Amino acid sequence: MIEARDLVKRYGSIVAVDDLSFSIRPGLVTGFLGPNGAGKTTTMRMILGLDAPTQGSVTVGGRSYRDLPAPMREVGALLDARALHGGRRAYDHLLCLARSNGIARRRVDEVLRIVGLEGVARRRAKGFSLGMSQRLGIASALLGDPAVLIFDEPVNGLDPDGIHWVRTLMRALAAEGRTVLVSSHLMSEMAVTADHLLVLGKGRLIADTSVDELVRSSSRQSVHVRSPQAAELAARCREAGAAVAAGTDPDVIEINGVDSAEVGKLAAAHGIVLFELIPVRASLEEAFMELTRDSVEYQAAGAIR
Amino acid sequence: MTDTAIAPAGPDQRAAFRAATFGDVLRSEWTKLRSVRSTFWALTMTVVLGVGLGAAISAAAAHGYAKSSASSKLSWDPTALSLDGIGIATLAIAVLGVLCISSEYSSGMIRASLIAVPKRGRMLAAKSLVFAAVTLVVGEVTSFTAFFVGQALISGHAPRAALGDPGVARAVVGAGLALTALAVLSVAAGALLRHPAAAIACMIAVLFVLPAIAQALPDSWRNPVTEYWPTQAGGQLASVHHAANTLQPWPGFGVMCLFVAIVYAIAWTLLDRRDA
Repeated sequence: MIEARDLVKRYGSIVAVDDLSFSIRPGLVTGFLGPNGAGKTTTMRMILGLDAPTQGSVTVGGRSYRDLPAPMREVGALLDARALHGGRRAYDHLLCLARSNGIARRRVDEVLRIVGLEGVARRRAKGFSLGMSQRLGIASALLGDPAVLIFDEPVNGLDPDGIHWVRTLMRALAAEGRTVLVSSHLMSEMAVTADHLLVLGKGRLIADTSVDELVRSSSRQSVHVRSPQAAELAARCREAGAAVAAGTDPDVIEINGVDSAEVGKLAAAHGIVLFELIPVRASLEEAFMELTRDSVEYQAAGAIR
Repeated sequence: MTDTAIAPAGPDQRAAFRAATFGDVLRSEWTKLRSVRSTFWALTMTVVLGVGLGAAISAAAAHGYAKSSASSKLSWDPTALSLDGIGIATLAIAVLGVLCISSEYSSGMIRASLIAVPKRGRMLAAKSLVFAAVTLVVGEVTSFTAFFVGQALISGHAPRAALGDPGVARAVVGAGLALTALAVLSVAAGALLRHPAAAIACMIAVLFVLPAIAQALPDSWRNPVTEYWPTQAGGQLASVHHAANTLQPWPGFGVMCLFVAIVYAIAWTLLDRRDA
């Protein structure tokens, strides 16, 4: 359980996190989602006691991180996979961290096996690919067998096999009753990993919702129709109060404002032949873009002159 | 890759865990120090430079002794000659001390370290203590070896010193102690400045550049500087002959320790307050 109350972080005149309150529950994968610069990493750093909040507070299991008696046993974290001494062997890197919290040596072998790095345990970390570093970072988070796990962009640099593995791991960790917080700027990634979403934009909480709810609440729901009598159907739909957009193909139209059942009934009533009738739900990606449109830090201009 | 069993039991059945102790952090810092190659090389350099340079200086001076003037024969200090190399070996310890914390900042490892040990003062204390202990052992080995090798080379060409002579044992032990104080200073400097290059430059300035500049100052300025400059004052513990405008051995070492304590306190405070 992670709880933030009125969390604010300012760096000089820049507000990185602006009055953030949330609670992250155990047993779920919570996705921390937002464009670059939204304040995801800063918030994670405050949860982990690396940065001090300008205002407000954040606790893990009811306690401020710095007051945890055995931090790695309670919280496992991966912030930046590359942040390690390249001259140290993978095994020794984990051993340093394990020792600091009185974790037994055999647990180091265990986590190396879990992440599939047992074969390179004796190699120095500077020779590792980004994907291997991510696995090593995840291994260090698992060392203390903690009830709370925090991962900042864990799939960065992983190959498809690795991405699948991380997803399965997150789901398994949550299924064991742990609290799992995963950040990403990729909505598509969160769509398949997370149960719950915290959407950030410009340091503010834009949405605190489940993945299903986010899609359902999106305004972009339309019906895709292919018909040899598309023009006639378009006219009937407009009469019924819907908005109709035509594409380059004269047989294809996108209908907004009525659902697919209604379109089907209209077509039947007027004897219109349908080749395709597809309800198009906004993808999570679109729902996300719509939410964060006003809070993207660096937006490309609409057209290039 | 498909093995996703994280623990034999779910978190509810996890074995009760004990709080992390200072001893755990000490073991962690020891593991950190011994698991990078730069430690081995820097410590080897300390011994090789300390003993080797001391031997070369002792041998050269001993061969020139017969032809030297009466006044230089009066100030003949075989102990100081044999320990002369340690002044340069100091640099290796300073660099290693600075690196053992500032390299964590440059690599980003500091974040993993502080997530593991969020009580930051504890991490700094453990790091300093481990490095000080290692330096004390290496420093004493270096100074005793340098002393015996130096005296063996002087013997037969010029008067030599023995450990039983007044002040000699204190000077040989003191050379290792002064090195240990410097080790703590360099860890504190690394924590304070966080950039390896900046912190190493700062240590070189404190150790070599500023004392050299002081030599160019008029007497009224130079004398108090050479008397109280921390590294000069601390060095008195390692000398047998008491020169003009220098502190007595133990008060001198006290000045050095006070300086180290002040820098350490500033480093501790800032480490605790700054975002990592």
